[in-house]
Formats: sequence, structure tokens, C-alpha cells
Amino acid sequence: MNRIIETTQLSDDVFKLIVDAPLIAEERKPGQFIILQIHDDGERIPLTIADGNSKKGTITLIFQAVGRSTHMLANFKVGDEIAHLLGPLGTPTHIEKFGHVVCVGGGIGVAPMHPIAQGMKVAGNKVTIIMGARNKELMVLEDEMRTIADDLIICTDDGSHGRKCLVTEPLKELCENDPKPDLAVAIGPPIMMKFCAETTRPYEVHTLVSLNTIMIDGTGMCGGCRVSVGGKTKFVCVDGPEFDGHKVDFDNMMLRLGAYKKREADDHHKCHIELGIDWTADKG
Amino acid sequence: MNDEAKKQLANIDSREEPLKPKDRIAIPTQEMPTQDPIERGKDFTEVATGYTAEQAQLESIRCLQCKTAPCIAGCPVGINIPGFLKAASEGNFEKSVQIIKESSLLPAICGRVCPQETQCQEPCTVGKALKDVEQAVSIGRVERYVADLERDNGIVTPAVKSKTGKKVAVIGSGPAGLVVAADVRREGHDVTILEAFHKPGGVMVYGIPEFRLPKAIVQTEIDTLIAMGVELKTDFVVGRTRKLKDLIEKDGYDAVFVATGAGLPRFMNIEGENLVGVFSANEYLTRANLMKAYDRENADTPIIQSRKVAVLGGGNVAMDSARTALRLGAEEVHIVYRRTEKEMPARVEEVHHAQEEGIVFHLLENAKSILGDDQGLVTGMECLRYELGAPDESGRRRPVVIEGSEFIMDVDTVIVAIGNDSNPLIKQTTPEIECNKWGNIIVDDTGKTSMDCVYAGGDIVLGAATVILAMGEGRRAAASINALLA
Ligand SMILES: Cc1cc2nc3c(=O)[nH]c(=O)nc-3n(C[C@H](O)[C@H](O)[C@H](O)COP(=O)(O)OP(=O)(O)OC[C@H]3O[C@@H](n4cnc5c(N)ncnc54)[C@H](O)[C@@H]3O)c2cc1C
Ligand code: SF4
Ligand code: FES
Repeated sequence: MNRIIETTQLSDDVFKLIVDAPLIAEERKPGQFIILQIHDDGERIPLTIADGNSKKGTITLIFQAVGRSTHMLANFKVGDEIAHLLGPLGTPTHIEKFGHVVCVGGGIGVAPMHPIAQGMKVAGNKVTIIMGARNKELMVLEDEMRTIADDLIICTDDGSHGRKCLVTEPLKELCENDPKPDLAVAIGPPIMMKFCAETTRPYEVHTLVSLNTIMIDGTGMCGGCRVSVGGKTKFVCVDGPEFDGHKVDFDNMMLRLGAYKKREADDHHKCHIELGIDWTADKG
Repeated sequence: MNDEAKKQLANIDSREEPLKPKDRIAIPTQEMPTQDPIERGKDFTEVATGYTAEQAQLESIRCLQCKTAPCIAGCPVGINIPGFLKAASEGNFEKSVQIIKESSLLPAICGRVCPQETQCQEPCTVGKALKDVEQAVSIGRVERYVADLERDNGIVTPAVKSKTGKKVAVIGSGPAGLVVAADVRREGHDVTILEAFHKPGGVMVYGIPEFRLPKAIVQTEIDTLIAMGVELKTDFVVGRTRKLKDLIEKDGYDAVFVATGAGLPRFMNIEGENLVGVFSANEYLTRANLMKAYDRENADTPIIQSRKVAVLGGGNVAMDSARTALRLGAEEVHIVYRRTEKEMPARVEEVHHAQEEGIVFHLLENAKSILGDDQGLVTGMECLRYELGAPDESGRRRPVVIEGSEFIMDVDTVIVAIGNDSNPLIKQTTPEIECNKWGNIIVDDTGKTSMDCVYAGGDIVLGAATVILAMGEGRRAAASINALLA
């Protein structure tokens, strides 16, 4: 169960795994996620499902090595088994024909965006995809997204690929067009999602964001994943992960995400030493 | 304590004439041996260490064998209490546990966690005669002793009838689910337990801490089920991994039992509740228990290092959270409860143990808001004082705010333990199942839901209740399922 079929390193610290998980592959829909543990007492890590193949019974996970557990996961080989894999969790993305949908993916956020963009396309939408990363090396899934997009806009912080700008710049331009987009979906680091929501707000373009908070059970039992949306407390694992970006209290969410930051930074350092990962190659 | 018990037993043995009721009542209640309050606050080993054989026997001798047996009426599953106490009083502990097991399948667990002082021990004649419920026969402690002894000697796997070819799915592995699995499997049906977590046991493993209910005891129950041929699938969320309807329509289960518990933490809905350092008791306890965060060096799951902790609530969940925080190294732990100790729903023993361990009780007080700094960290809690007013519909006197009584409590962690509602996942993903306005599944008096072949029990039906009630509901539903499949 949960055997790894294929591993690929996509960039310095971004990895892709194809995992044998027939039940999840059969049920999963765009926008949903899984929770995994690499051993019996391991930390529970939520990861969005990047892709799946119900015929082969596999799902694709794309993740960045940030804490102790994700570093260890990065070292998994073909044939290894993930001790625990739970899913698919969360409410699927609401997909229908909206008209023109802009998908904004930042960094690793491009991975969960992939099935959503695909779904939107199949539903008959015009799909514009904006992909952003710090530099060319960190850009993932570009080819896959190109096959879906009616328009693909690449941005990098350092200009090493595509435009040298933040993703909010082309997003703003699109909002200024007439007609403006019917829907924006933004997935990426919290700060990026926050600014995407701020960008679309004045244009009243409905904007979905997908939140990746700290989670334990993933079934609504602990409340550790809670965020404030429109002044109401919501549980990301069951009510989300997607919410109206104009209503999410991103500042509070970012503070909550940082609750165990110090420990994570320590782990990151320790893992690189223990697992022999080249520290200098890591810019994260 | 044991030497004293031995001496008294020898005295009784050497008597010529049989004991009269007043002689029995005169035997003092056997105290439960416990670890030192200060020492035990440093680790998670079990606080109450259990009776000795002599204590168990002597305590059983205190029972008057009342014809009316008011204790049985007080027991939610109607255990033959005088019967098992009689066997224990004769030193026949094996027979004693078998009598319990006619009605209760989890005596080692119930002996530890049942609120006996409001159930079987409340109406006990001995306690009434001595005008003190704490002097009633310690039914739960004897139950625990005989059950532990059986476990130490190795539990015999119950017989399973020959294969019927029928399949039953049990959703959730808390007490309700475990009991149904056992009762249905015994009839020869195939049983699969589907559990969302990576470990079975429900609240008994993720909520109730080791120092009150050792995990090994729950594990023994699960090992017995596995030995009976029950299949266990963990990491399986019904509603997500598979829809309940598909279990019947696609996977061919002949009946389903839903025992998903009351896993939806209530919050206060006050300002500051989403600050870093505010937890639901469920999250705090799950990190500590299930994810072993108490082992800071080795556990992958972190838990906050607190200095001063406030726990909101007065039930078992609040006591467990407070005592866990203490064991995780907090300097000060405060329980904040808006009524008085008398109204606390926690087991009396847990309140005593918490007080002994140095937990500070703030009664007739409640949180108004939680204060934080610019990093979003908790820096304090604004509280209000209360007084008791007229009784409310539950008969308890309603706490009323004293206007202008605000004050600030210096804390860096707040744990909200004010109760749980029903987990909504099954309801949301199974429109065929009818629920009441609180989200509890509605069942008829056989335990059946509005959906054919689907039964439910435990906290998902009752709202957050108790282990023994979950077990009782499970047995009722199991009997109905067995009748359905017969
Ligand atoms: C901290 C704490 C202390 C307590 N102390 C006491 C006490 O001292 N005495 C007492 O009598 N009672 C106590 N209780 C209450 C008691 O534990 C519960 O009443 C009892 O466990 C309920 O049993 P259950 O079988 O209904 O559900 P639970 O024990 O809640 O088990 C439900 C199980 O179902 C699983 N599940 C949920 N949804 C799904 C799904 N969709 N698919 C698959 N699996 C699912 C959950 O993961 C869980 O394992 C306490 C509760 C808590 C939280
Ligand atoms: S009420 Fe008390 S004394 Fe009477 S039978 Fe029950 S346990 Fe024994
Ligand atoms: S992760 Fe526990 S409620 Fe969402």
C-alpha cells in the first residue's frame, strides 16, 4: 500500500512522487488534498493532490522539502512505502463554465493549480495561466500548464525566465481589460495569495485561494487548521481548502502558520546535515 | 493500605458468625492507591495504580447484596453488580469478571473512566447509609481490578460462529465501534472497521491521556478483535475515501454501523481565539497523546512550550488538558469554569487528582477575550466574574455575569475545553441520513438510522457523552444488525 512508483526532483528542493493509492485516485477531485505520515508516529503533512490516474490507481504529489518530514520524504526511493496516506480530503473545487478564468500559481502552488486549471479548461472556460517563481530553476510544471492554457504568462523575480515581475502585475492588467476575467484562482505562498486578492478586490473579480494551514486530523476534529473568513472561524480541512480570497484574514493565518517556525528552521538545518543534503544548494 | 486490608480480611475469616449488614458498612472504603501527586506530575504513567487482591476482596465484602439492587438501575448497561461483587468477595475474581462481561465488554476501560459517582455508586445503599457517596461500595475499582487480572492472565479470544458470508462495515473505532465489531463478529459475519486516524481507539487513544487510561489497555481490546478475525482499515475516512452509500452499493456490505463520535470542537467565539497559543482541547490532547508530542526530543509533531496555561471548561476534557499541560512542563495551570465545583461535569476523582497536582481552580469566572502581541502570540486573557442565579432548564443554577468585574489573567496558552458537537462529515456526504438540529444522527429504538441497513450509536447519536453509553448503544445496534442478518 502507498508504494512509490516514480520519483523526480523538479528543482533544488522540489520533488515529485507518483504513489500507488487506488482508492484515493478513484475518488479524488481537483482542489482536494491528502495527509501523509512517513512512519507510524510521524508528523501529519497535508499535501494537495497535483494529479491522479484512476485507471492506474496512482496519485501525484509535489512538495518542497522544508521540515524534518518533508526532507525525509525527499529521500524516499521507488518501491518504498509511505506508512500512512489519508484522503482525498477537503471540499473539491467548484468547477463549471464561468467564462474566462485566470489561474495564478506561485512557486510550488503551481502543482495544486494543475488539476484545477485542467478542470476549468475541460468545463469550457477560457483559461489564462500566470506562473511565478523566484527564478527559472524553481519553475515547475511549465510544459504541463502550457498544454492547458489559452494564454500562459511566466514571471520570475530575477527575470531569468519570462517577465521580471510579481504575478500580481499581469493579474492587474487582466483585471483592467474589458471584459474583466470572470474568476481568479490563486494558489501559492500566503503572501502571494494575499496580494492577488488585494489586486482583484477593486475590480470585484471573484478570487478563490487554496489555504495550506497546519493540520492534524484533517477531518474537522481538532480545529488546528482554523482560519477567519469573513469574520467567521472556518476549518480549512473540511470547509476548505478553498475560500473567497477577499474574505480570508491572511495576516492571522500567516501568524498561525508561523507557530512552529523556529522548530522548523532548526529541523531544516539538522536535516541537511543528517541527510547529507548540500546546504549551499538550498536557498529556501 | 494492603497490610491493613490483609489484617481485616483475616479477622473476617476467623469470625464465627456471618457478617451482619452493619458489620459490612463498618468496613472502611478501600482507598485507591495512587502515585505521589508531585512526582506523577512529571510523567505520563498511570496515576491510580489499582487495588490489591485483598483490597478488592474487602471492598466487595462491603456490599450488602440488596434485593432491590439500586446500583443496577444506576448502571447504563445494567451490569449484575451484586453478582460480580459477591464472586469477588469470595475471592473468585475470574467468575466476577465473567459476570461483568455478560453486560459490558470493556470493563478494564469502564472501571477507569466511568463516572461511577453519578451512576452505580450514586444510589448505593452503603453510601446512603453513611450519607456520603464517596463511602459507597467502590464498584468501579473492583471492576477495574478483576478486569486487569483477567488481562494479565491473558484474555481468551471469544469463539466466533461459522462463516455466514455476510459483511458488516463499522465506521469509527471508539468504544461504540469496537463493541459492535465484537458482537457482530461473534455471530460469524465478516466485520471491517474503517477508521480515519492511523491508530484505532477513538477518543480513548487520542483524547483520554495515558495517565488515566493506558493505551496498552485499549490495544488489548483491539488485539482481541483482530484475533477474532475482524479486519481493520486505518487511514480511511468514510465520506471522503469512500461514500457511505458506496460501501453498500459498490462494496457489498450488508449492514453499516456509524460510530464517528462527537469530533467537532466548540469554541467560545470571543476575540483573540485564533491567536497563536489558543488550542481546542482536541488539538492539544491529540498532539500530546496520539502524536506523542510529550516526547519533545523524538516526536515529529511539535507542541507549544507553555509557561502559564488557562483551560476553559469543567469537564473531563478540561481536567485532562490541564493535567497534560502540567506534565508537559507548564509552571502554572489554571482551570477557568463559570459555575462552581458542584456543577463540574468531570468525574470527582479527576477533579481531586487535578487539585492534588496543583492545578489552580478559578470558579465562577470565564474568559471574555484573549489578548495577544504583534506576533499574534497570547499574552493574557481578560476574564469576568460570575455569580449563580436561578436554575436553568438543566436544573443547574445559571451563572450570571457580575458587571464591571473584568480582570486580566497572565497566561501564554489558552486551551478551550467547552465541549464537542457532532462531526459533520457523514451528514454532509450522506444526505440520506437524517440528523437533528445539533447534527446528531437520529436513530429508532433498534439503533437504525433513516437509511436502510445503516445503524448508528455513541457520541454521533447522543452528542458528547460517555464511554459506557457509547458501549450500551453499540450493543443494542449490534443485536439489531445480528437480527437483520440472521
Ligand atoms: C478528553 C476526553 C476525556 C473523556 N473522558 C471520559 C471519561 O472519563 N469517562 C467517559 O465515560 N467518557 C469520557 N469521554 C467521552 C468518551 O470518550 C466518548 O463519549 C466516547 O469515546 C464516545 O465513543 P464513540 O465510539 O461514540 O466515538 P469516539 O471515541 O469519538 O470514536 C470515533 C472514531 O471515529 C473516527 N471517525 C470519525 N469520523 C470518521 C469517518 N468519517 N470515517 C472513519 N472514521 C471516522 C474517529 O477518528 C474516532 O476514532 C472523554 C472524552 C474526551 C474527548
Ligand atoms: S446498592 Fe451498593 S450495597 Fe446494594 S447491591 Fe449495589 S453495590 Fe451492593
Ligand atoms: S486539521 Fe483538525 S480540524 Fe482541520
